[in-house]
Amino acid sequence: MRTPLTVKLFAGLGPRGWLAVAAVAFIAWVLVPMAHLMLPESHPLHVSTYAITLIGKILCYAVVAVAMDLIWGFGGILSLGHGLFFALGGYSFGMYLMRQIGREGSYQSDLPDFMVFLDWKELPWYWSGSDHFLWALFLAIAVPGVVAWIFGYFAFRSRIKGVYFSIITQAMTYAAMLFFFRNETGFGGNNGFTDFKRILGYSITAPETRLVLFGLSVALLLAVIILGKVLIASKFGKVLTAIRDSENRVMFIGYNPVHYKLFIWTLSAMLCGLAGALYVPQVGIINPSEMSVANSIEIAIWVAVGGRGTLVGPVLGAGIVNLSKTWFTTSFPEYWLFFLGLLFILVTLYLPQGVVGLWAKIKARRAEKAAIAASRAEVAAAPAPRAPAAESKIPNGTAAKGA
Amino acid sequence: MKRLLFLISLWLWAGVAAAALDPARVKDLASDDFDVKQAAVAALAAAGDDADAQRLLKALSDDAVAVAGERVVIVAGDQVLDAATGAAIKPAPANSESLSLNNSLRQQVDGALAAVRLLSTDRAERLAAARALLADMGDGAALLPLFDKALAQEQDGEIKPILAQLAAQAALGSPDVARRLQAVRDLSGSGSAAVKALLLPLLDAANEPEEKVRLEAGTAIKAIDARLAWSDTAGQIFTGISLGSILLLAALGLAITYGVMGVINMAHGELLMVGAYSAYAMQALFRAKFPEFVDYYVLAAVPVAFFVAAAVGMLMERTVIRHLYGRPLETLLATWGLSLVLIQAARLLFGAQNVEVANPAWMSGGVQLAENLSLPWNRLVIVAFSGFVLLLVWLMMNKTRLGMFVRAVTQNRPMAGCVGVPTARIDTLAFGIGSGIAGLGGVALSQIANVGPDMGQGYIVDSFMVVVLGGVGQLAGAVWAALGLGVVTKFLEGWAGAVIAKILVLVFIIIFIQKRPQGLFALKGRFVD
Amino acid sequence: MQNRRTFLKAAVLSASIAAMGGLSASAYAADTIKVGILHSLSGTMAISETALKETALMTIEEINAKGGVLGKKLEPVVVDPASDWPKFAEKARQLLSQDKVAVTFGCWTSVSRKSVLPVYKELNGLLFYPVQYEGEELEKNVFYTGAAPNQQAIPAVEYLMSKEGGSAKRFVLLGTDYVYPRTTNKILRAFLKSKGVADADIIEEYTPFGHSDYQTIIAKIKKFAGEGKKTAVISTINGDSNVPFYKELGNAGLKAKDVPVVAFSVGEEELRGVDAKPLVGHLAAWNYFMSVKNPENDKFIKMYRDWAKKAKLPKADTVVTNDPMEATYVGIHMWAQAVEKAKSTDTDKVIAAMGGQTFKAPSGFTLKMDETNHHLHKPVFIGEIKADGQFNTVWKTKGPIRAQPWSPFIPGNESKQKL
Repeated sequence: MRTPLTVKLFAGLGPRGWLAVAAVAFIAWVLVPMAHLMLPESHPLHVSTYAITLIGKILCYAVVAVAMDLIWGFGGILSLGHGLFFALGGYSFGMYLMRQIGREGSYQSDLPDFMVFLDWKELPWYWSGSDHFLWALFLAIAVPGVVAWIFGYFAFRSRIKGVYFSIITQAMTYAAMLFFFRNETGFGGNNGFTDFKRILGYSITAPETRLVLFGLSVALLLAVIILGKVLIASKFGKVLTAIRDSENRVMFIGYNPVHYKLFIWTLSAMLCGLAGALYVPQVGIINPSEMSVANSIEIAIWVAVGGRGTLVGPVLGAGIVNLSKTWFTTSFPEYWLFFLGLLFILVTLYLPQGVVGLWAKIKARRAEKAAIAASRAEVAAAPAPRAPAAESKIPNGTAAKGA
Repeated sequence: MKRLLFLISLWLWAGVAAAALDPARVKDLASDDFDVKQAAVAALAAAGDDADAQRLLKALSDDAVAVAGERVVIVAGDQVLDAATGAAIKPAPANSESLSLNNSLRQQVDGALAAVRLLSTDRAERLAAARALLADMGDGAALLPLFDKALAQEQDGEIKPILAQLAAQAALGSPDVARRLQAVRDLSGSGSAAVKALLLPLLDAANEPEEKVRLEAGTAIKAIDARLAWSDTAGQIFTGISLGSILLLAALGLAITYGVMGVINMAHGELLMVGAYSAYAMQALFRAKFPEFVDYYVLAAVPVAFFVAAAVGMLMERTVIRHLYGRPLETLLATWGLSLVLIQAARLLFGAQNVEVANPAWMSGGVQLAENLSLPWNRLVIVAFSGFVLLLVWLMMNKTRLGMFVRAVTQNRPMAGCVGVPTARIDTLAFGIGSGIAGLGGVALSQIANVGPDMGQGYIVDSFMVVVLGGVGQLAGAVWAALGLGVVTKFLEGWAGAVIAKILVLVFIIIFIQKRPQGLFALKGRFVD
Repeated sequence: MQNRRTFLKAAVLSASIAAMGGLSASAYAADTIKVGILHSLSGTMAISETALKETALMTIEEINAKGGVLGKKLEPVVVDPASDWPKFAEKARQLLSQDKVAVTFGCWTSVSRKSVLPVYKELNGLLFYPVQYEGEELEKNVFYTGAAPNQQAIPAVEYLMSKEGGSAKRFVLLGTDYVYPRTTNKILRAFLKSKGVADADIIEEYTPFGHSDYQTIIAKIKKFAGEGKKTAVISTINGDSNVPFYKELGNAGLKAKDVPVVAFSVGEEELRGVDAKPLVGHLAAWNYFMSVKNPENDKFIKMYRDWAKKAKLPKADTVVTNDPMEATYVGIHMWAQAVEKAKSTDTDKVIAAMGGQTFKAPSGFTLKMDETNHHLHKPVFIGEIKADGQFNTVWKTKGPIRAQPWSPFIPGNESKQKL
């Protein structure tokens, strides 16, 4: 018997989950815009443009982190090349933003400035159609998707996994970075795309545009989390985690892991592409440094810090690492790397489940303590000579549960 | 240059030394106007083998000329001499400002010195002069009489061919057809691009009226081209091997820690950095304590770098990596954290700037194999050094008890433990050895590249590529992969430029891994993970 | 359910951090003028940019010691964009909207400047950019105190082609593969063409960032130079790759007097970290050398040395000054003068007052801010590298020359010399 998708959706999150989603959406779409537009700057609850762009940026990172978690936390595939998909999405959408500049660039030409400078007389073929918003949006999803599919198809078919896979994804993003560095590639070289003017005809610096982008980032993040929940709860998700835990056994049962891995890998890349597309207009620049090896490793770090295999963990991880980066680079620039380095070491050593794991641990310990206390109280309350209850002597949760 | 040649030939024809140096002309050397300065140098050159002029030219070439007030002087140790007469000035002027030549004047001075020294009685001086002229001179047609004269006097077997070539080069402009023809024939044995450039105009009837000479020049150019092509290829292969040896040194340590022990050490690049900083520290120590042996600091740096890097590595293993065995993806993250900490520590200890590590004198310069093929000493030494390190690793792994234990632990950890191998200690030691070898790689890198806190980051991707391509757990694989990558990169670079070459190599590795996921040399065995 | 709660907490946490940022900004007193300093103190660019931060702090202290500007003290606000380009934009916005700085001194790479530009335009801020760059840009909100290509690259090539510079006839344009070298080389190629150099006598070669193996390229240069005519190399190789390049060059037996290399990115600070022996005789073109002798420069050098000792910089006894540091120094002083003239720190008034400002600079010349194009008039020095890492000036312009940010050698730029 098939459950309808809508039912699945609702069941996946439960009423309280949906309440939380609604609350976050309400904050993002109603409270923040009000606080930004209506309150005067001096008001303590005013949300500044700085805060909106900063949080908007981190929200995009959070989407990438969740996408990363889908393949790493649930699929057991560690990609060190996810920065590439993020950047490809950013570049695809950036092409549209460049075209939207129109004739307002330094050279008053229909072509983007860097092309005029290179003496190019017309747009190269891969730029065709980039002035259409929907086409650009499609590219932002499709290009990372296609690249990921091709790469993944061959890699998974050859049964490359674990560390090997991580290292060749690293080679992939490194090669792409070098490729995008070249002026001749037609994406602005090292400078990339910048100085955007408008999006869909609206000024990109207008507070309303920013708020819409911010709201879309929140919406995308929520959508990705819900999608993740549904996927993980589905049969597909079960097979995926089974592959993570023991690929060979899954194969022996008769599943072909290639399809499952390929699907989640491509999906993850496409989500990164979308995040990249939202990131570029908010940050105002896209350039090849997004594809650097270090950036991609950092994505994995967000997930590890937040907690693998949970969907909220990566969001927390992206938030914690990036906010502390912002804070540390202002307050202690010399010690920022120490902090980041130690964070990774300590998290991997002591918090294999990340911050979420720590939280769960604390809660479990509290529950345990409470249970022990409860059982002790019970023992104390019980008539002393007659009940040497075996369970209550063993101070552990399972035994206490029985009491 | 032309003007200088003209002046020298004037002097040769005159056959007599000019009068003593004109002090006014000497003072012109200090002029701000380049033309005046150049004329002064030319006058000196034209003075021929006049002792005062020679001394002044030599001083100019050694950067020993200074301006003290209005006077041009030569600084010779503690003494200050008058530039024109060579008389010592007492008391020595208080503040003199060193007079410096720019490149074109320096070339003029060196040319003039060489021309005169061609007839010197000192063999070494003659040889140096002949070589200098060969390196600098195009067609010195005006100098032909000088070369003829020198050639007639010369008995030395080493100098004579150089002079003959100089004479032949000069004779290309001779009005005598037979002489020209002979000169072209003489030059057809050369392998130098400069000679080819001299012969090229002779193919044109406008420059060379005589058909016989034109035909001969065509044949000569073909012969030179063949030699050039050969030495080009040889040069490319050498650069490939040299790059390969560097990749090998960078990757060999990783081949042990990753290949043998399965630890993905993202801090590997930083171990290279530790090795390079050890070389820097040894250089500083030698400069301060044993300035007379400063050229041998590299030799001292080799063991020091090994042990320092090994110590850092063992510390890393004990504190962090130990707890993560069997969780390869997490070691990756933790060691990345370690690498950040090490980079920042280097920054705090040595400053964010790159530090200076000089090539010792015996590693500077190169050995000339053909006229357009010279192999730099530092590269040759590094190729040899990588062979030495390889041998060391092989001996250690195959001939020592420790090596046996390491192999045993690699192949079957529980069984090794059962028969009494202290597996935990072996892990630490093996990681230490891998790190130490990375330190040795760092010493080699310090001789060709930057030494700075970030230096390791540039090698990490390349090192992993070598290990993965070669096949995990295989030293032989790493060797072939490193050399192969080096040579392929260099050939691609010559053909498509450095950027495209790098991209193509990375793409090639990605495709290769699809075909042979276990690398070039797969570890054979039946196992399921 | 625990997920939901943590998520809510995250939302609250981020909102409260944002609010904290908003609060702290308004807490400062208003009797100082805030000056932003936007240079990377960590990451790959820290090598170059840290010195500029120190120079800026030193200059601010110097101005404060003389009573400040408009009777108010300058208060530096230092932030670290960590060599991360999007972070430059984030920090620029923080400086302008949170800290409300009157002016920012900062950026090194072109990409970092391009990244912050939209922010400065949007919030009408004021940025002083102190590094030589490729031109092709002119923004109302930016003053460029470094050199445009005609104030560095073109005079250097003219020098090489002159009799004095060795009458070079063939050129190797060598660079790291990014925008500055590509653009500069494009301008130079057009310039060389206009001087009658044939395309066959020019080769262009690019290497990736951080490239350290120059064997193939040196072999190519050797072959190219061996074909007869006098050859010169024009290097726009990025900082870190210079040491391997020059080491290889020296070991391959190419001497400066045979094939001179003129570099646009090698200065005193870069040479401080290398063994300069293989570089001796090679050239660099800048608008200032530490070795220039004049009272202003002596004062500048002494001030920086004292500052280095006071600030306990690493290896404070060997600090050097270089061109971008001088440009920073000049920029801050000129801004202070313009504020005095405008009697306000308002961006538009200061911009209006900047045109025509003059300052007696450590280079020994009185520099003037152009009335229309936001660039300094600068002298050009060509120096040969000495073994101690300093430069021996072999040629200099008679006086400061005006910048042409829009190179006349790029078609279509003729009408674009001002805002």
